[in-house]
Amino acid sequence: MSDSGKGSDTAVASPKGLLGLPHLGLRDKWERGPIWMKLPVVLALVSFCFYLPFLNILPFAQVRTDLSAAGTDWSSVLFLIVVYMIVAVGLNVVIGLAGLLDLGYVGFYALGAYSVALFGSSSSPVTISLQEKFGFSEGWAVPFAACIPLAIAFALVAGVILGAPTLRLRGDYLAIVTMGFGEIIRIILRNATDITGGPKGVIGIPKPPGPVDADGRDFFNGLDVHRWYWLALIVLFLLMFLVRRLENSRVGRSWLAIREDEDAARIMGVNAFKFKLWAFAIGAMLGAIAGVLFASKQGVVEPNGFKLNLSFLFVAMVVIGGSGNMMGALFGAFLITYLPERFRFLDQWRPFGFGVALVAVMVLRPQGLIPNRRRARELEDRKAEAEEAAVDV
Amino acid sequence: MLLQLEDVVLAYGKIEALHGLTIDVEEGEVVALIGANGAGKTSTMRAVSGVRGIQSGRIIFQGEDVTKLRADQRVRKGLSLAPEGRGIFPGMTVVENLDMGAYTRRDKPEVGKDFDRVFDLFPRLNERRKQIAGTMSGGEQQMLAIGRALMARPKLLLLDEPSMGLAPMLIQQIFTIITEIAEQGTTILVVEQNAKQALSRADRAYVLETGRIVKTGTGADLLDDPSIREAYLGVA
Repeated sequence: MSDSGKGSDTAVASPKGLLGLPHLGLRDKWERGPIWMKLPVVLALVSFCFYLPFLNILPFAQVRTDLSAAGTDWSSVLFLIVVYMIVAVGLNVVIGLAGLLDLGYVGFYALGAYSVALFGSSSSPVTISLQEKFGFSEGWAVPFAACIPLAIAFALVAGVILGAPTLRLRGDYLAIVTMGFGEIIRIILRNATDITGGPKGVIGIPKPPGPVDADGRDFFNGLDVHRWYWLALIVLFLLMFLVRRLENSRVGRSWLAIREDEDAARIMGVNAFKFKLWAFAIGAMLGAIAGVLFASKQGVVEPNGFKLNLSFLFVAMVVIGGSGNMMGALFGAFLITYLPERFRFLDQWRPFGFGVALVAVMVLRPQGLIPNRRRARELEDRKAEAEEAAVDV
Repeated sequence: MLLQLEDVVLAYGKIEALHGLTIDVEEGEVVALIGANGAGKTSTMRAVSGVRGIQSGRIIFQGEDVTKLRADQRVRKGLSLAPEGRGIFPGMTVVENLDMGAYTRRDKPEVGKDFDRVFDLFPRLNERRKQIAGTMSGGEQQMLAIGRALMARPKLLLLDEPSMGLAPMLIQQIFTIITEIAEQGTTILVVEQNAKQALSRADRAYVLETGRIVKTGTGADLLDDPSIREAYLGVA
């Protein structure tokens, strides 16, 4: 499930498993297993995900983050994990599939969050000016459901605006420009006070509609946080399905070719620029959807919530998990979001632990914890090429 | 005239690699471009395939000016390049690589025929269908690059240094296959450092020195030319 169909027939050629990784044997078995065997497992896993907020049987309840008084609400942590998983799936399209190092991904996340904030909140500068211009009542704002396409549209446009001039750059240059983009978005959000509310941010961000509870609360409220988690989970599964479809299509094949050797891809007839732009736009869209969910649950956004270090965290999720493999990206997002919450008492050690973990992964498993086999091979090939070059000199 | 290069100038930054190159290739010919390292052979291939844009001059393919077209657009016009060295997709299998060669084509049954044709020309590739391209030997990768270029069913096949890094036995073999491809009706422009092989197989040839054509003639004539023999064939 974690690799394309083509990936599984390549496995036939190397029965030992690539790089001699022990658990790949299990992965092969799983990938070649019949659908009637896989389906119950997948269903059980999915149901377990939905059940997680209520997990309360010892010793399994040890995974919860709210066991001590200082802990964080378990459902809120689950929600954040899933939001970051959506981010990781999106960023994996850009970094893992198309091979473009985007260090400013937080910009798209912020755009999504601010789209729903500025258009959905009745007290944001944008809605107030719309109210005045069109004579709407004071409580008027763009409905939540309409904010989503708005957010997606903004992210797509931003993705294309950023991508069109910069995707001709390669490697490091692209990384630097995208990093700049992430910062520019945050600085605009902070300084364009008339439009974005400036450093104060925006409050009163709308929540998704739903049936009103018996006691008069909204369906999505601050107490029944598991509902937020479920919503995010459904969105995640939907997006995973769509991205997987894309991965196995002609688009995915074009990305793969570009990532492996851009010049070779072009002389095969791949319009490299077009497909890179697509990867950027799709990635931007997913980032924005995650941002919408985050902002809506939070109810408040402020520019400082979208600092550059969040971008690095996102990249770390994809890279540690296994760039190019959706399951890897999901796992990376889980680890990086969950562990700091579960081990909050080690708070002061967080940057240290994070640094050690990053170095350890880069040294011991540069292809990531759950690697994409093809990417692992590309890495090997590049190493071999470098060694050859060194011998030539 | 299938392909014409008119005064093509190609530069990397300030360094000019090709100073006004004029070459033409007739339909059905095998044309060789020989020259030493750094003479501009690969640059010529980059210019023709569109991987690099040129600074001035014109490239005309089948009577159409393709100078401004991108590499991927030129493939659709019928130009296909087998790049030098490690130009294959290392993480893909042999079949996936060949499949990429047919990227621009929609005629599935015909693509199937071309798969057969490539496996016919290169039985080695047939034996290694599922092998990861990056793990194959240099010779096999070279065969794959040529096979992949053929999968586009090109009108003009561009071969960049097909003999690079190969053992003498294999060089012989690759050139025999190239002749076979030509006999099947594909026009070929081949760039080669191995002048002996290239000249003996080519209808016509150009000699390239530091970005300029210094000599041209039929393959046989150039093989007999004393200055060529001295400079490129190592015999006085």
